[in-house]
Amino acid sequence: MVDKDTHSHHISAAFNAELDDIKTRMLEMGGLVERQVADAVNAVMNADSGLAEKVLRGDMRINDMEVSIDEECALILARRHPAASDLRMVLAISRALHDLERMGDEATKIAEQAIRLIDAGDMPKCVVEVRHIGNHVCNMVRDALDCFARLDPEQALRVAKEDKAVDLEYGTAMRTLVTYMMEDARAISSVLHVMWGLRSLERVGDHARNIAEHVIYLVKGADVRHVRLEDMEARVHDGR
Amino acid sequence: MSSSSPSLPQESVVKAHALDMERLGRSTPQQELADEQTCLSVNDLSLFYNTKQALFNVNMSIPRQRVTAFIGPSGCGKSTLLRCFNRMNDLVDGCNIEGEIRLDNSNIYAKGVDVAALRRRVGMVFQKPNPFPKTIYENIAYGLRIQGINKKRILDEVVERSLRASALWDEVKDRLHDNALGMSGGQQQRLVIARTIAVEPEVVLLDEPASALDPISTLKIEELINELKSRYTIVIVTHNMQQAARVSDYTAFMYMGKLIEFDSTSRLFTNPAQKQTEDYITGRYG
Repeated sequence: MVDKDTHSHHISAAFNAELDDIKTRMLEMGGLVERQVADAVNAVMNADSGLAEKVLRGDMRINDMEVSIDEECALILARRHPAASDLRMVLAISRALHDLERMGDEATKIAEQAIRLIDAGDMPKCVVEVRHIGNHVCNMVRDALDCFARLDPEQALRVAKEDKAVDLEYGTAMRTLVTYMMEDARAISSVLHVMWGLRSLERVGDHARNIAEHVIYLVKGADVRHVRLEDMEARVHDGR
Repeated sequence: MSSSSPSLPQESVVKAHALDMERLGRSTPQQELADEQTCLSVNDLSLFYNTKQALFNVNMSIPRQRVTAFIGPSGCGKSTLLRCFNRMNDLVDGCNIEGEIRLDNSNIYAKGVDVAALRRRVGMVFQKPNPFPKTIYENIAYGLRIQGINKKRILDEVVERSLRASALWDEVKDRLHDNALGMSGGQQQRLVIARTIAVEPEVVLLDEPASALDPISTLKIEELINELKSRYTIVIVTHNMQQAARVSDYTAFMYMGKLIEFDSTSRLFTNPAQKQTEDYITGRYG
C-alpha cells in the first residue's frame, strides 16, 4: 500500500511539498554521510592526512542537517497531525536522521585513527581488513539509503541480513588483529588504531541496518527493532 | 466481532502482529475485540429512504463501556447508522430497514418494542445543544417527572448526581433555578449530556457533540466522554479526525453507506488495513 509516490497525493499540495522536502533532504544528508565513510576508509588505506582532515571538517554540516531536518519533522507533526503512513514517514525520517548523524560521527572516528596511524609513521599490514570491511559497509550504507528512496522492504531485509555478515567478518578480523598483537608487541599501538577503526565501521553497519528497519516500519507499519531476522522476514512477507 | 469482510486481515497478518504484540506484552487488536463484550450488534443492516439505499449490509459490534467513533466523508451514512440505534429514523417518512440491531441480544426493530423505553436506554446528544426552555434543574428532572417520579428528595439527588457526572455541578449549583438558555454553548451541551444520563441509559449516542463549540469546551466534552465510558457505552459521530483519535477506543470508517473498516483506534490511525481508510485519514484523494 505504501510506495515511493504515496506521500505525494494529498489534497494539500503544501503538505505534499513538506513531506517531499524532509525525505529529499534526509537522502541528501545520507549521500554526504556515505561520502564521509568512504573518504575515511580511503584516508586510512592511502595514509592520506588531507582527506582525513576533510572528513573531520565535514562532520559539522552533517550535524547541522540533522538538527534542521528534525526541526522540520517536528513542525509537520505540530501543524499537520499526520496519520497512518504519513506519521510513520515522519517518524522513520526522524529516526534515520539520528542514525545518519551517528554514522557521520563514526566516520570522523575512523579519520582520527587514520591521522594517528599516519603520525606514527607505521601502517600495519592488517590495515587491509579496513579496506575489506569498509567496502562491505559502504555498500550497506548505499543500499540502506537506496531502499529508503524506493521504499523497498525486500531490499531493507537484505540490508538487515548483510549486517549479520559484517558482524561475522568483524569478529574474524578482531581475532586476526589479536594474533598480530601477540606476535609483535611493538605493533600493539598501531594495531589498536586499526581495531578502533574497524569497530567504527561495524557500528556504521549497525546504523545502516537501523535505517533498513525504519523502512520496514514505514512501509509495513511493523516496528522490527530488536526483533530476530526470522520474525522481521515474517513481517515483510505478511501480504499487507 | 465481525465487520464486513474487506477489513478482516489474513491469518499471516494476525500471526505476525501477534509476534510483535507478544514481544511487547500486549494483546492483538483481534484479541482485544474478541475479549470485549458486545453491547450493540448490527447484523446485515440495510436502510432505504424510499427507494434510495443509504446503508448497505452493515455488520458491526459495538463494544460495551467503550467509546466507538464513526468517521467518514459527508453522506457516508454515519449519522444515519447512529440514528438507527435509538430508532430516530422511524420519524423520517419513507425510511425502512432490513436486517436487525440487537441491544443486549434483543432486536430493537422487533414487533412490539417500546420505542420510548428504547430511547431512555439509548440516549442521544445532538450537534446543536438543545436544552429545554426551562430551569437547569427542570431540564434534568423532566425525564424523571414524565416517568411519574416526583419526590423532591429523589429528584434533587438525581439532578446533583447527573450534574456532577457532567462536570457541571460546581459551575451551576448555586443557580439551579436559572433558565438553562442563559448558559454558554459548552455548558448547555454538558447540561444536555447530564439530562441524557439522568435517566440512566445503557448507551449514549453523540452526533458531532462538539462541532458547534469552542476548542476549550470541546476538550471539556472529550474529557467528560472519557469519564462517562466507565459507566456507559458511547458511540460518537465526528467530522474531526483528531477528535476521533483522541477520544475513542474503536473507530469505524464508513464510505458511501458501507462499513469499510472497524478496528482499535490506535491501529486504525497508525496502520489501517484498507487503502480507502488510509486515504481518508491522511487527506489523500482517491
